[in-house]
Amino acid sequence: MFQIINLSKKIDNFFLNDISLKLEKGDYCAVIGISGAGKSVLLELIAGLLKPDKGHIILNGIDITQAKIQKRSVGILFQDYALFPHMTAFQNIEYPLINKGLAKKDRQTLVQNIAKNFDIFNILNRKPSTLSGGEQQRVSLARTLITNPDILLLDEPLSSLDILLKNELIPLLRNINRKGQTIIHVTHAYEEVISLANKVAIIENGKLIQEGTPADVFRNPLSKFTANLSGIKNFFEVSVIKNNKNENIALIDNKIEILFLSDYNVTTGYIVIDSSDIILSDKPLKSSALNNFEGLITDIIPSTLGIEISVDIGVIIYANITATSFNKMNLKRGDKIYICFKSSSIKFYMK
Amino acid sequence: MNKVSRFHLLLIFLGGLVLLFIIAPLAGLFFNTSPKDISDSITDKEVSKSIWLTLLSAMAATLFFSMLAIPLAYILAKKSFPLKRLVNGIIDLPIVIPHSAAGIAILGVISQQSFLGSSLSKLGLNLVGHPVGISLAMAFVSIPFLINAAREGFASVPDRLEKAALTLGASQMRVFFTISLPLAWRGIISGLVMMFARGMSEFGAVIIIAYHPMITPILIFERFNAFGLKYARPVAVLFIIVCLLFFIMMRLLTKEKKNVSNN
Repeated sequence: MFQIINLSKKIDNFFLNDISLKLEKGDYCAVIGISGAGKSVLLELIAGLLKPDKGHIILNGIDITQAKIQKRSVGILFQDYALFPHMTAFQNIEYPLINKGLAKKDRQTLVQNIAKNFDIFNILNRKPSTLSGGEQQRVSLARTLITNPDILLLDEPLSSLDILLKNELIPLLRNINRKGQTIIHVTHAYEEVISLANKVAIIENGKLIQEGTPADVFRNPLSKFTANLSGIKNFFEVSVIKNNKNENIALIDNKIEILFLSDYNVTTGYIVIDSSDIILSDKPLKSSALNNFEGLITDIIPSTLGIEISVDIGVIIYANITATSFNKMNLKRGDKIYICFKSSSIKFYMK
Repeated sequence: MNKVSRFHLLLIFLGGLVLLFIIAPLAGLFFNTSPKDISDSITDKEVSKSIWLTLLSAMAATLFFSMLAIPLAYILAKKSFPLKRLVNGIIDLPIVIPHSAAGIAILGVISQQSFLGSSLSKLGLNLVGHPVGISLAMAFVSIPFLINAAREGFASVPDRLEKAALTLGASQMRVFFTISLPLAWRGIISGLVMMFARGMSEFGAVIIIAYHPMITPILIFERFNAFGLKYARPVAVLFIIVCLLFFIMMRLLTKEKKNVSNN
């Protein structure tokens, strides 16, 4: 439904090189990369704010590579919302409808409807400078979505927000996506999108180095950058239950129980265990850590962070240890090993 | 501590001297002119005629050239192109050249010996000694103030707002009129005020183009030359009051509740 084929663009010393990506309707694709990796250039190429040197952008079977920005059915939510400061919230949301040539009455109805959906009906007469961060966010989203774009592009929408606003926006984005909106979300922080995206693309130095489902990409990192996304290899979809002490237990594949700390009252989610937080021991270890498992070493691979040990405890858990520790323990494939990690070291993400 | 306050006192003293340098001659002018002299000047037809001519010529110059200068300021603020620095330098030229020389240069273009002057005279229009010629001379020396202020105004409009408007389906022209122009308005108004004020007070370039009809700065000069300081002073005071009124009025217009570009 949406496809980028061999897209390239050179700007001064930066070169976005041969990017190809394919999305189906309703996909939520996270494009992850550090600042300067080319994420924003990619968004601007898709939106039509920049023209590529080479390659094609196909939307619903039509080549829109050279199409005018105004004819693209692509909406962007800018990092700081880019609300027009001299217009009210109403005028901001109405702006794209005037561009489409809609009659005043139709515009009013549409703006009022979307304002009700986004819970901003009461602030329509206010200027952006008088709105809270959360309200500005919703006005900006309403303005972008009122023309029903086929693709919604998000330019690091969460990175400058405090935790409260993040917790407001994430469910909102999830709901929009569940209604069938295709979304491309660029970010430098994988934590932002881990619970939202069903596709992940890693971009580095202007090149798309890996893409796939979050589990595929994070468990099989093809680059130092992906591997360095802290401990992301231990990424699991879990169901959440409570034990008799009312503590949270994450169940992996309905069999591995992992104790974790969380204030959320939910039944499903994702957990990430940083591979550097896992302690290996050749004997059962008495420690304060509440998560203790016995397993077999299935693989030993030198990694950028030291030595990566894969341990099968029913699922594969990856632990990173230094070369010194590795030599001291004299570990081999097939060895029995004990692993432990603290419940507080587990990052939990809502689904 | 003591050292710092002495230093501050020195700064205040030096700054005070500068203020005194500006205020003292003007205050002297006002104190040495009786209200009767001023009211006589107001009823003096020659004076009021010249003040109207000055205001209208400066206004016409500002309004007409703003239609050309504002688009240029937008291009200079938002687009990169070869020789942009040169273009910026050319715009500042009228500020650095002597205004009488500027008048001579304009005269070269509009006198009847020139192509433009002779073409216009065939249509019955001689710009030398004509209010249009006065406006041209005023515009020549004052247009850098408008272009520079408007360019700053446009430069302060964040690119992402214009990009956002484009992605929301607006044409380039609509983005200019609905986003860039309203958000740069403060800079533009301030530029218009500066251009108008500078045009109104121009003497050197205008006197070359048109001694008659007489704009007020030339009238003041003529009265001083012919009758001395006593006769020039009331007209000068009256004109300064008029200038100040316009200046204050337009400054109030540009004083917004909030800087619109601060979201």
